[in-house]
Amino acid sequence: MIHGPHVDWFAISPSLSLLAATAALLMVAVFAPRAARRPVSALVCAAGFVVALVFAVVLDDRSAHGAAIVADAIFRDRWAATGQVLIAACGVVAVLISYGERMREENIAEYYALLAAAGAGMAFFVQASNLMTLFLGLEWFSIALYVLCAIDIDLVGSLEAGLKYLIIGAVGSATLLFGSALVYGATGQLDFDRIGAAGRGHDSLLVLGLAMVIAGLAFKSSAAPFHMWTPDAYQGAPTPVTAFMASATKVAALLVTDRLLLTAFPRDERLWTWAIAGIAIASLAIGNIAALAQRNVKRLLAYSSVSHAGFMLIPIAAANALGARALVYYLIPYCAMSLGAFAVVAARERELAAPVTLDNLAGLGWERPFLGVSMWVFMLGFLGFPLTGGFIGKFYAFAAAYEHGWWWLIVAGVAGTVVSAAYYLAVVRSMFMRDARELQLAPAGGSPPRDRPLELAVSICLVVTVGSFFAVQPLIDVAHAAARALPF
Amino acid sequence: MSHWLTTILIVLPLAGALVVWLAPLPRAWVGSLATLVSLLEVGVWIIALERFDFGSAALQLAQQHPWFRDLGVSYHVGEFAFSLWLVGLACVCGAAASAYAWWVGRERPRAYFGLLLFLEGAVVGVFSAQDLLLFYAFFEAMLIPLYVLIGVWGGAGRLGATLKFVVYTVAGSLLMLVAIVVYGLQQGSFDLTKTGTSANDWLFLGFALAFAVKAPLWPFHGWLPDAYREAPAEVSGLLSGVISKVAAYGFLRIAIAKFPGPAHDFRVPILVLASIGLVYGSLLAFRAPDFRGVVAYSSLAQMGLITFGLFAANDLGFDGAVLQMVNHGLITITLFLLAGMVERRTASGQLSQLGGMARGRPALATVLMTVGVMALAVPLSSNFAGEFLILAGVFQQYWLWAVVGAAAIVLAAMYMLRLISAVLHRAVGPAVSEAALDLRGGELAVVVPLLALLLALSAWPAAVSARVYPAGQALALAAGPGGALPGACGSAALAAAEAPRLDAAARPLACRSAGRADAVGASR
Repeated sequence: MIHGPHVDWFAISPSLSLLAATAALLMVAVFAPRAARRPVSALVCAAGFVVALVFAVVLDDRSAHGAAIVADAIFRDRWAATGQVLIAACGVVAVLISYGERMREENIAEYYALLAAAGAGMAFFVQASNLMTLFLGLEWFSIALYVLCAIDIDLVGSLEAGLKYLIIGAVGSATLLFGSALVYGATGQLDFDRIGAAGRGHDSLLVLGLAMVIAGLAFKSSAAPFHMWTPDAYQGAPTPVTAFMASATKVAALLVTDRLLLTAFPRDERLWTWAIAGIAIASLAIGNIAALAQRNVKRLLAYSSVSHAGFMLIPIAAANALGARALVYYLIPYCAMSLGAFAVVAARERELAAPVTLDNLAGLGWERPFLGVSMWVFMLGFLGFPLTGGFIGKFYAFAAAYEHGWWWLIVAGVAGTVVSAAYYLAVVRSMFMRDARELQLAPAGGSPPRDRPLELAVSICLVVTVGSFFAVQPLIDVAHAAARALPF
Repeated sequence: MSHWLTTILIVLPLAGALVVWLAPLPRAWVGSLATLVSLLEVGVWIIALERFDFGSAALQLAQQHPWFRDLGVSYHVGEFAFSLWLVGLACVCGAAASAYAWWVGRERPRAYFGLLLFLEGAVVGVFSAQDLLLFYAFFEAMLIPLYVLIGVWGGAGRLGATLKFVVYTVAGSLLMLVAIVVYGLQQGSFDLTKTGTSANDWLFLGFALAFAVKAPLWPFHGWLPDAYREAPAEVSGLLSGVISKVAAYGFLRIAIAKFPGPAHDFRVPILVLASIGLVYGSLLAFRAPDFRGVVAYSSLAQMGLITFGLFAANDLGFDGAVLQMVNHGLITITLFLLAGMVERRTASGQLSQLGGMARGRPALATVLMTVGVMALAVPLSSNFAGEFLILAGVFQQYWLWAVVGAAAIVLAAMYMLRLISAVLHRAVGPAVSEAALDLRGGELAVVVPLLALLLALSAWPAAVSARVYPAGQALALAAGPGGALPGACGSAALAAAEAPRLDAAARPLACRSAGRADAVGASR
């Protein structure tokens, strides 16, 4: 009889609860009557994310001393648990946004099942402690997301989005896998810690592997020049899926990137800090400049997410404890702003039954003041204005870069922000300063039906975006606890 | 209780804004509520003024609460004498703007008055913040309401105006953010009362550029004509009366106080820019085709003059600059409100369309004439006192600066008299109909108190200028441990710059009277 390793079931409870939700949802798809399918499946999915959230919070509380468990395959520590809290919270909000989406009744339960499966994969991915689990987690949530992108067959571009994401995502996964193989070849180790201990400096095989691993992960965080899929996939996918991808995927990919680089490649720190800084600058430049030319709001937000990947790579490139704190802090308002912004886009999309562009956003601010003001706050948050957590996030990222001694990285970030003012404020401008009547795009037939779950989602995002500006200390305490799991 | 006063001054308008936005009030009440809140704010300021000890150089009415500790950032607010005067200016101008907007009856009143109150709270916050990050937060927060106030309620060219305004100011203030991050981490604290001085030229330039754009100083004034012309009249008044003073305050509190070395090294280039702005702004004001253009460009010139006073780096200059900030704030908001009133009557601000409005409109003629005459700094006006102090101060740096400044006063007389005659005198303009009424009671209720304040300041300019800070000490203290101003007076300036900084702290006290005597002698 083969003796399996000791399994710490509690440590993987967030993934397990989401997997359980997935299984239950597949049952719902088969057994629930068609009329009840939409509310029941949304409820089950939301319950799965809430349970995962609770488990992740408790896990965070009880994992003060980080350790590798289950035959050293996964980490049980606060870095991973904090990531799981964020992912589960994004999942809850994504379910709220999804509820009002027009989708075929027959595959609504599968939609939620895939959402929960993607969440489970991400929760597993952030815990990865060796190259095998890393790849497994990555594929797990990626495959769920490929299907989610293409799930709405009535939506023009949805299939195209899924296909593009699949092909380019597969290239990314293959790159990561090849890189992992090279790293394994160079060191003979799979565990992050042991790679770090075994790796000799200036080993060309290891460096090549490192480069490919960085590239593979950069595909997932949609950092330039690995962002090519982002605008198409974000634009074509159903908007709630885009919201989930823009927030949760970034959390998972960036947290894992930071941990992997710090634990497995400490000897090559000089190399990868420069590489990450280069990717950050490229993302800032490409994301911000390309966003200027966009008229489609989802596409615009996609490029904005590329530029924000650049922003969040700045603290990773800083490779210090302040940077790790900055990354965790930045992700909190960033997730809220992304989810909120895409939720507002989803609301407008449902109202007009057409892709949302800067032109048909006109007048939204006055027609639906709550959504308009919220969108305004999210745009100011992306821009890094005070009264939103985006400001403190940028401030921390810059502080981390300065502590590393790279003031030019701050200048790059600032230059990106100046450019981004033009397109973020273009959204505000079209919502408040242009009149829908002047463009003759006002929706016919009075005010649209209220979408309370979506409004709830937007309010949560609004509270987090603004609240993270005021309650910096508690959030930094959380980030501080998480960052202690990393070797500094 | 006293330590809450500053917080109350900041929070009261912000809370008022929230009430206006969220409470289900009838629309008709909104304007009166906002005006009431801003009058209440003036009342709180008067209480603060009464409790303030002008004999002490310490930070007063202060309150501190940690915000996030790992980088040493806190909510730290308080007042120095000079900042208290600027807070007062913001309160008075805010009240006047609210009252005028209420009288005019702006569309979408809840959004409008909420934003006005929000702006007022942010401005008071900038003047009171003693933590750099808090300062920056309020500084940027000002931009949010301004952007919308111009962009939604502005004139036909509003979209272009807001874009220019935002791009200029965001570029400037982000450079300041870089400077703040670097300076704060170098010093180990972001608290302005704890940090010492720095000799880093780049950091100084980061701050100086942000303030130069906000003021604006030549050649960073590209956003000014459009924004001042397109904004609603009272918003233009706030922009040029109060927001530009934020920049001057920033120079005083941060760029000069924290970077004495670079401020000394860059004095000549900055004074050159200020003199170009002074002369060029005056000439443009003289050539401007419309009422608001004259006031806008005169504002550019006046900011040049205030910069003269700030970079004179002596007591006379500082006293004069702060007095002139208050003067110019009150004068320019009155002029912009009058421009708005004239535009409402004639549907045109073009001077070629106006004229002959004095006949049959005695109140308008009296008010415009009085303010105009003050603006051109006739002797006995508060403007005269302010400009005299500034010129006397800058004369001690180098006589040429005073000559430029004096020439600009002549130019000010030219453009103001041209404005007065173009609006009030000459033949009746095509846009001026017989039906255009004189100022109404509501309008007089806004303008006359401002005028009364100006007359009071003219009678007693020392009320402000002698209370800017006690005997040259406050700024040295404000600069934190080991920090002091390099400035000195007269021929001692060069020696002072090279002398140890600690000595410089004591020097202004000694040469205060001597400097004044010199100045009087020189002006003869």
